[in-house]
Amino acid sequence: SQAAQAAEDGIRVLSAEKRIDLTGPIVKVFLTLKVQNTATGADASHVLIAFTPAEADHLAIVKATRAEGKRKKKTYIPLPVSPADPATAAPNGARLYSISLPTPLKPTDTTTVEVFYVLTHSLEPFPAEITQSESQLVYYRDSAVLLSPYHVQEQGTYVKTPSSRVESFTRVDPTSRSGPDVKYGAYGNQLPYAYSPIILHYENNHAFAVVEELVRKVEISHWGNVQVTEHYKLKHGGAKHKGVFSRLEYQARQSISGASSFKNLLARLPPRVHSVYYRDEIGNISSSHLRSDSYKSELEIEPRYPLFGGWHCTFTIGYGMPLQDFLFESADGRRFANLTFGCPLLNTVVDNLTIKVVLPEGSKSPQAVVPFETEQHLETSYSYLDVVGRTTVVIKKKNVVGEHNVPFQVYYEFSPIFMLAEPLMLVTAVLLFFAACIVYLHTDLSIAKSQASS
Amino acid sequence: PRPAPRADETLAQIPPPRPPMAAAASTMLESLPAPLLRALRLKTKQQELLLRVSALALIYVLAFAVRLFSVLRYESMIHEFDPYFNYRTTLYLTEHGYSEFWNWFDHESWYPLGRVVGGTLFPGLMVTAALLHRLLRALSLAVHIREVCVLTAPFFAANTTLVAYAFGREIWDSGAGLVAAALIAVCPGYISRSVAGSYDNEGVAIFALLLTFYLFVRAVNTGSLAWSLAAAFGYFYMVSAWGGYVFIINLLPLYVLVLLVTGRYSQRLYVAYNCTYVLGMLLGMQIRFVGFQHVQSGEHMAAMGVFFLLQVFFFLDWVKYMLNDVKLFKSFLRITLTCVISVGTLALGIGTASGYISPWTGRFYSLLDPTYAKDHIPIIASVSEHQPTAWSSFMFDFHILLFLFPAGLYFCFKRLSDATIFIVMYGLTSMYFAGVMVRLILVAAPAVCLISAIAVSATIKNLTTLIRSKSKSPQTTGKTTGSKAAAKGAVDQPLPFQHNVAVALLLGAFYLLSRYAIHCTWVTSEAYSSPSIVLSARGHNGGRVIFDDYREAYYWLRQNTPTDAKIMSWWDYGYQITAMGNRTVIVDNNTWNNTHIATVGRAMSSYEDEAYEIMQSLDVNYVLVVFGGVTGYSSDDINKFLWMVRIGGGVFPVIKEPDYLVNGEYRVDKGASPKMLNCLMYKLCYYRFGELTTEYGKPPGYDRVRGVEIGNKDIKLEYLEEAFTTSNWIVRIYKVKPPKNRS
Repeated sequence: SQAAQAAEDGIRVLSAEKRIDLTGPIVKVFLTLKVQNTATGADASHVLIAFTPAEADHLAIVKATRAEGKRKKKTYIPLPVSPADPATAAPNGARLYSISLPTPLKPTDTTTVEVFYVLTHSLEPFPAEITQSESQLVYYRDSAVLLSPYHVQEQGTYVKTPSSRVESFTRVDPTSRSGPDVKYGAYGNQLPYAYSPIILHYENNHAFAVVEELVRKVEISHWGNVQVTEHYKLKHGGAKHKGVFSRLEYQARQSISGASSFKNLLARLPPRVHSVYYRDEIGNISSSHLRSDSYKSELEIEPRYPLFGGWHCTFTIGYGMPLQDFLFESADGRRFANLTFGCPLLNTVVDNLTIKVVLPEGSKSPQAVVPFETEQHLETSYSYLDVVGRTTVVIKKKNVVGEHNVPFQVYYEFSPIFMLAEPLMLVTAVLLFFAACIVYLHTDLSIAKSQASS
Repeated sequence: PRPAPRADETLAQIPPPRPPMAAAASTMLESLPAPLLRALRLKTKQQELLLRVSALALIYVLAFAVRLFSVLRYESMIHEFDPYFNYRTTLYLTEHGYSEFWNWFDHESWYPLGRVVGGTLFPGLMVTAALLHRLLRALSLAVHIREVCVLTAPFFAANTTLVAYAFGREIWDSGAGLVAAALIAVCPGYISRSVAGSYDNEGVAIFALLLTFYLFVRAVNTGSLAWSLAAAFGYFYMVSAWGGYVFIINLLPLYVLVLLVTGRYSQRLYVAYNCTYVLGMLLGMQIRFVGFQHVQSGEHMAAMGVFFLLQVFFFLDWVKYMLNDVKLFKSFLRITLTCVISVGTLALGIGTASGYISPWTGRFYSLLDPTYAKDHIPIIASVSEHQPTAWSSFMFDFHILLFLFPAGLYFCFKRLSDATIFIVMYGLTSMYFAGVMVRLILVAAPAVCLISAIAVSATIKNLTTLIRSKSKSPQTTGKTTGSKAAAKGAVDQPLPFQHNVAVALLLGAFYLLSRYAIHCTWVTSEAYSSPSIVLSARGHNGGRVIFDDYREAYYWLRQNTPTDAKIMSWWDYGYQITAMGNRTVIVDNNTWNNTHIATVGRAMSSYEDEAYEIMQSLDVNYVLVVFGGVTGYSSDDINKFLWMVRIGGGVFPVIKEPDYLVNGEYRVDKGASPKMLNCLMYKLCYYRFGELTTEYGKPPGYDRVRGVEIGNKDIKLEYLEEAFTTSNWIVRIYKVKPPKNRS
């Protein structure tokens, strides 16, 4: 195939720099690749990057940009990234992603591609169970050298951990560490698919907030409101809590007790939200604060209890938004709702995200435009005074992180006459009731005339 | 039990909204321009109808709206304890359908016994709510069953006002009916059990009770089979909704007996009672929980006896008519009466002796004899709503009705009829029961409202007639009559200052009624509208502080314990744990098995190692206790502990109440008895409490409810470990450790 040819064609990585950010609950990797087309005669239109199978399973998002211009006038052009043809044979099950270059790379030309990707669930807590007074230690596994289908001439890996408490790390000389930073490399002249496993064992007390399931329901009403209801199934994904939970310790010694637990979360909502609520199956949860300004609204929520490792919590957030901020008319006369994808909770990972866009009754030919691959289907939902039901666009995606919070659009056709259907129904019902009353009062159904009524 | 947290005392006093004026319609008509007015002018009868309908409609809305304080103050949620069970079963009913509900064996309660829910509850409330929910769904209103449940009680309270109106009209006149509707709409005695969220049997049962009484009185007044049939169905609904139906099945025969004795026997009564009793009994048997009690239980025998008595009476009446000879009839009467009485006594005797007719239950005895429960059934006596009523609660719940009631009785006796005799009897008996048990104020409330309404209506009517007659014929005022006979003969002979006195009295009546309205609104908003799951208090800076510890703990249980975990707690919290925590409990508020409850009481009052054995035998995984020492929440487990000891000791004599007392005094400080300081309940409540400073200037381990420093600060737990404590320490959950490996 083309991709395989390109690899053989001899793209060469002149220098590679891999920066791994391990400070949070998710792993962020910045990759700077300086590549050269060493082939003779053939242009290269793709650059491939490789992931181990484990990494590929936990890969939430991959973004690539190409820097153009010099120094201060540097502009970054986003490049499309897609999984490479699965037929492409790669050793040990490595998975390839191909970055398409907008202008093919001519022979002997070089370019710099910057890749950013996010791995979720890649930090393994060890020990897997901790008590309230212990802090959380995690393993991170990667390779010291860059896994790449190309020859790599020079390469370095930089790892940043949240604190200087690094229990252990694999040495692949040259390796150095200063405080929270561990540096691997530089290594020269690595063969394609070279791999040199490393393990870092370090302290990470960040909130490992994992939303196992999030269902967001966006109901559009042409009477002026967009109602959002979000059902969360939250879990602390870190090291499991073991043994006693002492409220006394937790209250008296907050800094050292339950260091890896968290008790509040921040949700960033659109500006001008109204009627915000926060509840669960058994009622309202009274611990939340809403701050809003003209750019955004911030909802700080506290679950009913602090979440320790392995503890679960489910809740629902709902809010209304003004319609004019989100609904527009496109050039071809269709309406489109411009909504934000992803999860409004900051610093969380969503394992399964379902977005249901409930269009008004009577909408036709809906179409969702999402900038990345999702699973979509249509269904019908019923709400107040619905007769035929509302068309609902269901969008599903797995492994969603903050980088997925980008706008997406749902296009549909809608005739405003349908807006009047429900008020007219109510008017008719009231009218019929009065008519029935009048008829009842003016008819005499008795068989014999009453004697007394004279 | 209604906990009265210290926090409640500091609630803000919001000025109560006044009920809307009912007579707005007439003033509106007068303000219209003259020609239009002429075109729209209604006949007096129509005007009266319009006024009556609009007043009733306003009362209906008022009755519903006044019960929504709790939703506005807190949220749309279920209150208290029992309603949580009702809500859980309703949820089950809507999710699984009626036949599943009917056959439901609940293994989440009374572990390891379980509970046959379908056969041990009154399904009326749940079925009503489920039907309302289905109706709303059919009208494509996408409401959740919880909202239906929360608003069921206010909805039925509003319906009760309509029944009260009809009832009042039946026994007196439509004016009294309107006043009765208005009084019952805001009567605190009734509101206490029917605010939004108080999803309990009483919510619909009072409606059913009053409806049955109204229909029966109507049947007696008309002698119509149709009304008797309606009364039987009303009774059926009541049987399906609440155990208080026993009151009806005993009051009706008593009423019939009184009518017989006072010589007011009539064919109408015969038709009404027989039809209502026979059909009502047959229909009542269809409720599984009641079953054959109508023919087998001692509590229902009075109705049957009166039924037979009525037949004998009718028969004798007929024989008397046929014989037409006093002497012959008298000897016949003697023979028949002897036969009937001996047969009746024999049947009752054989029935009771053979066990076919069950004797009266303890609950029934405790109603007749207020001291019975205290001596024999501690589990009934331990519930605060089963305590004898204090005078202050009467005043609190009835306010001016308390002295309008005797006045109403006076009017009733003045104009005695079958209907007024009924309401008098209903009033007197229910007042007695209200005195025996606090919660039965509820049953008395409709009667008190109706009788008071008669007093109010009759008084105001008399006064207004006086004022009107005066203004119509002013010349009669100064007239003086010489002879006494003439003065007696003239009915409306005016007294000096009659007009002024009448106006003053009228104003006084309005003042009283408006005080009543203000009092009712205030009581509703301050006392009866807190859900008791969520506690609130005023913070230092005047803001409202919410203590949501119960739900915190229940939700923690629901989310973070194994789904088959068994929770041991005192029975008060059983329903809430199963409904909100969704976990299996050992005992709950359906206190059907005294031994099981006593076992839990025994575990709580034993030393830890003994308790551990009991808990192991019951497969307990978690123990939940409620502790108010940090917040000053007084209805916690330490304050309930003596009842646990008593109930436990009632079955297991190893538990002795004096062991926990010092010189008959219950204390938790250093002077407490050693058994008290080391029993499981004490340990679980005060575990690590000795390290906590609760109040500034007090030593650590200062219990804010008891107001003492605790006596045992060094508590070690061997078989249990702290699993969760809520943010204000109100609920503490401990995990039972698995048995140690044998070494």
